[in-house]
Parts: sequence; structure tokens; C-alpha cells
Amino acid sequence: MQKSTLRPRLEPALQVRIHDLMVKTRCVEERMIKMNRDGEGFFWIGAPGEEAFGVPLGLQVKKGQGPDFDYLHLHYRSSPIIMAMGGTMLDSLRQMGMRATDRYSAGRNFTNHYAIPEWNVAPMAPTIETQYLIAPGTGWVQRRHGGDGITIVNGGDAGTAEGDFASCLIWSTRPGKELPMLIIVVNNKFGISTSHATQHGVRNIADRGIPHGMQTKVINGNDVFESWAAIDEAMRYVRTERRPYLLEAHVSRLNGHSSSSGANRVDEIDCILEFEKQLLADKVRTDAEIKATWERWRDEANACVKQLRTEPFPEASDIWKWTFHDDADNTLAKAGGD
Amino acid sequence: MANMAQAIRMALAYGEKHLGVTDVFGEDVGPPLGGVFTATQGLRTSWNSPLDERGIIGMAYGIAVAGGKPVAEIQFCDYIFNTIDLLKLVGNAHWGSAGKFNLPLVVMTPVGAGIHGSIYHSHSFDSIMTHIPGWKVVMPCTPIDAYGLMIAALKDTNPVMFMKPKALLRTKGDERIPGEPEDEKVLKDMIDAPLGDRTNWKPRWPELTDYTVPIGKAKIVREGTHVTCVTYGRHVHWAKAAADTLANEGISVELIDLRTLYPYDFDAIKTSVRKTRRVVFLNEDTAVTNFGEHLLRRTTEELFYELDAPPRLLSGKNVPGVGLAPVLEDASVPQIADIEKMLRETATVPA
Ligand SMILES: Cc1ncc(C[n+]2csc(CCOP(=O)(O)OP(=O)(O)O)c2C)c(N)n1
Ligand SMILES: [Mg+2]
Repeated sequence: MQKSTLRPRLEPALQVRIHDLMVKTRCVEERMIKMNRDGEGFFWIGAPGEEAFGVPLGLQVKKGQGPDFDYLHLHYRSSPIIMAMGGTMLDSLRQMGMRATDRYSAGRNFTNHYAIPEWNVAPMAPTIETQYLIAPGTGWVQRRHGGDGITIVNGGDAGTAEGDFASCLIWSTRPGKELPMLIIVVNNKFGISTSHATQHGVRNIADRGIPHGMQTKVINGNDVFESWAAIDEAMRYVRTERRPYLLEAHVSRLNGHSSSSGANRVDEIDCILEFEKQLLADKVRTDAEIKATWERWRDEANACVKQLRTEPFPEASDIWKWTFHDDADNTLAKAGGD
Repeated sequence: MANMAQAIRMALAYGEKHLGVTDVFGEDVGPPLGGVFTATQGLRTSWNSPLDERGIIGMAYGIAVAGGKPVAEIQFCDYIFNTIDLLKLVGNAHWGSAGKFNLPLVVMTPVGAGIHGSIYHSHSFDSIMTHIPGWKVVMPCTPIDAYGLMIAALKDTNPVMFMKPKALLRTKGDERIPGEPEDEKVLKDMIDAPLGDRTNWKPRWPELTDYTVPIGKAKIVREGTHVTCVTYGRHVHWAKAAADTLANEGISVELIDLRTLYPYDFDAIKTSVRKTRRVVFLNEDTAVTNFGEHLLRRTTEELFYELDAPPRLLSGKNVPGVGLAPVLEDASVPQIADIEKMLRETATVPA
């Protein structure tokens, strides 16, 4: 793995903002884990350990709707990206709490499964790797459209074993039809219980882009500075060259795979603690400020849970809703009998 | 009593020892986890595959071609859909090669709702799977049947799809597996992997013996005279509960657990329907082109003049997925109250 030697300059105000968003993300995830333990939500899966990579990514997204803006095809460890883009704790917690007010799925989907048309965040599914097949579609439209909007797709390391990942490499590099895509693999070295090293013979996953003529890079995604710089470089390339870039970020998986494996904290590098050490050393933040940041977001998370508890669950008849577009009274949905 | 996951594990251990099983594999199937439902813990031939369902089915096909006896797992049937063409290939290998190749392989996969699995851990697979000729398709509803059907599947010289009702994998039965120790704590000590470090752990399998639930044979779970209910998987238990309630109203339900979806036991259905003259088919897959619709068609064609009431199907709703919120799940797949209602209606509609 290439080690960065340069520590790019990030304005102190930006560092503070990044830290704030990292803490916000961690707090919302920890609150969801608690909801799961308290029986207020059935299943948790999320991103503790991916904040140093995801927040810099989310902050650099060209956010908006339509091909002039970036499209995002995400997996279930993308809360840092969404929080950095402006996602609210309340919306995430509502999905965890299966409320009718859950703006992403109205109580239908697992938590951290977004669908945000205003920000070009495509509907997310728990099917590993399918997003890598869908992403070339938005990339294709953007290629035709021009401008500097790009398509961003992310997923885990184990998932790259699916043929879908190879399809993504093929479809994004057809000669003369290259696609403006930032293809990301977030490598936490595990798929559930299976270690990456036992299943994959490639040295780096990013190397798989090389025979396709792709720019590639492997980074330490636990490092905010390195992540910021790598994402900046990759995005500039994709925005201007209109060709794909394959970026592999090594990160921690701080609470195991999901609530199915207990969601207990494991002993891996915590990117927030690492970042805080630097903030303190560089005198960007004080101990007291850091503590206040955590407190503020913990309080906010608790307030959100209080709020959502007052909100309704979906109703039985809601199952028919949105089966078809333009079917307000669910006639088409029930065409096969109800 | 063993739970269903333990029963499957014991059947596979029996298969490794006595029936030539060479590979039990799939995502997280090998150590340390031994399957997301622990159904493959401690097995001698188990191993972890890459996260690649098409690769898994292809590998099983290849192992079978080369004389092995594979048991492949797809972690959830929700993730089997990308393998349909390979399942088709498995199903037509014998037929298409004019009998030159047979594929003695087993694929197992958890199916159905009932664990708050939301859109992608609640799918059913009965309708699509029975639509792929060349496969035998089974689904147990008790640990003992899981044991016996798995052993039957392992002995079979054809591909067998072993569907595991995921809501039942951790439930116990009331019949002991042949060889199972009396005390379930003893069993647990012998065959459940410990928490924490498992590197040096090895199971001690009980002296397991052969026990086969023949593929193609349904089971009459409850005899009755007024209406027949044909189902499988976890809905057997719910239909039983509904039948118990209806018994108090004087309605006598005959309950058939199909156990094999293909080749299914139409004789058992026929015999029962000839007696009760009324029938409800029950499953939780989506309604349109549902496997139960096929059974309805045969019932209508072959027993039309012997029926006193329209034969009915109670299935899942025809919606794209099962939602996470309990109210959504309950409204999407048949509940005990729905079963009661349809059985009552069917039993009492004037002839
Ligand atoms: C197609 C498919 N197969 C299997 C699963 C079950 N599953 C959920 S997460 C997971 C492991 C994913 O590992 P990786 O791609 O490394 O992502 P990570 O969870 O480590 O971020 C598996 C096997 C799934 N969701 N989708
Ligand atoms: Mg991983």
C-alpha cells in the first residue's frame, strides 16, 4: 500500500467542520446501535470506522439533482457521506425506528439505506455490489450530457468478488466511451466473518483497474488528510478527463459487521481519535471543544429519538403504495388481486 | 431438543461421514462462523467462498461433474436471484446431455419472512424455484424433518434445493434426532462452537444414524373432515394454530405439510380433498404466478366435480418486498388470523 508522505493543508475551519461531521456520524450510528439494543429497531448496519474517508468524500460531492451534479450509488456504510452532504440525524434515526416519517423508505428498508432524488442519491439495496452495475448508467448519461458532474459508486472489499464489480470496470472503460466515474472500494478486510486475505489473490483491489487503463490509488482511509487529498485528486481527474478512477481506501470496521454479530466495539484504529490527536497537536481544537462537540451531538441524537417516538408507524394499507408510479389509488398495484 | 440449524448441521456431519459429502461451502459457511445461522459449524469439509453467488452455484456444478458431492449455500435466498441461469443449467444438465451427466448436488438457502428482515431478507423462493425443472425442491418445518430431508437430499443423485424456513432455524422440535443426546445442553456442548476464539475447537458429533424423510412424500399433520389446508415451511405451524382455534368452533381442518415442493405428493392432496371436498393452499410467496396457483390448477382440473366450495389460495401480497416495520410485514404475508378466516370461509360456504 502506498503511504502518503505529504500532509495536505486543510484550513483549520475545514478541519473543525470535518471533525464535527465525523462526530455527528459516529453519534448517530451509536444511537442506532442503542436503539437496536433497546428493541426500538430490529437490525443495525453502519459505518463506525469510515468517517475519515466518508466525510471528506461527502464534503467534496457536487451536490444537486440531474446530470450536472454528482450521482451517488452507495452501500450501507455511507452515513459519513450522507451526514457530510447535509443528511440529518433525525432522518437516519427515523429509518432505524421504522417510522412512516422515514423519508428514505417510509419504514420499509433497513437503516442507512437512502434514496434522495434531490441529491442524486440512487435508491440503495442490501444486495452487495449491484450498485456497481447501476452506476455506469448514470455515468453514461453524464458522459453524453457533458459538464463536470460525475458518478460515484462505493462498496466493500468482499463484494468485489461479484461479477458486478468486473462489469463495472468493463463498462466504464469501453474504448472511446469511457465514463466519468469515481469507483470506490472501502476495504475493511472483512466480509462478515470471512477475511479478505483468504479469498482474494490480488495484491490491491485497486490494481484490478490497471489492465483497464484506469487511474488507481490505494490510501489509508483512516487518515483525514490523506483521504481528503486522494478524493480531491481523483475527483479533479474524473471531472475534467471524463474517465474512471478506482480508489481503494483501507478503513476500520469498529463495531463488527452489524447487529447480527453483536455490534460490539472491536480493537482497531479509531479514525476520530487519530484525527483528534492531530487537532490537539496542531492546536486546531482544545480538549474542551472536542468534548463539547461529542456532547452536543449525543444530546441531539437523544432529542431526535425522543421526537421520533412521537411519530406514527406506517399503516397496513401502506404496503400497496408506490408499487407503480402514477397510481395514487393503488389500482395497478392491486390488479393481481388484493 | 435440537433446533433446526443443529439438525441440518448433524445431517451434514452424517453426510460427511457416511454419504460422501466432499464440500460444504458458501459465504461465511466455514470457520470461524459456520454460517450466519450456524447450520454449518464444525463440519469437516466446510469452507468459506468468495462473496459470489454465481461462483458458488458454478463451483457446485463443477464439483459434481468431477465426482464430488457438494452442498452449497446461498446465504439468503434474496441473493440467489443472480444465479438463476446457473440453476437452469444445473436443472437441464441431465436432460440436455441425454442422460450422460447427472448432478448429485444440494443447494441450501434460507427463505421467507419472519425475522424482521425487511426488503432483502424476507423473499420467498418457492414459486421461482419450482419453475426451474430438473430440480427436486424440499422445505422442512421441523428439525427432525430437516434432518431426514437433508439426508434424503444427500442420497439423491439429482440436484436438490433445500429451502430453510429462516424463521424456524432457531426453533426446536418435539422429536429427537436419531442419536441426539437427551439433554440439549449436552448437545450444545458437543456441537455448538464456543463464543470467542474457535481456532482449536472441534465438535464431537453424537453417534448419528440414518433417518430419511422420503422426497416426494407429504405428511398429514392433523386429520380433519371439513376442509384441507396444504402448506409447507413455517406456515405449517401457523395453520396448525389456526386449526386448533377452528376446532373450538366445530370446524375440523385436515392439515398437509407438503415437505417436498417438487416432485410434490399430489396423491396426498387428492385423497384429502376427496374426503373434505374443500381446500385452501397456503404459502407466503407473492400472489401472482404463485406455486399454490399451480396446485389450484391441478385441483380444479382433476377434482372439479368433487369440490363443494371454490378452492382457495392464501399467499403473500403481490408487492415488491416485505417492509421492515412489523405492521408492513404482517400485512404482506399471511398471519394466523388470515388463515383462520380463509379456512372458516372455505369450510362453511354452502355447497
Ligand atoms: C448479493 C449479496 N450476497 C450476500 C449478501 C449478504 N452479505 C451482506 S454484507 C456481506 C459482506 C460484505 O462484505 P464487504 O463487501 O467487504 O462489505 P463490508 O460489509 O465489509 O463493508 C454479505 C455477504 C448480500 N447482502 N448481498
Ligand atoms: Mg469488507
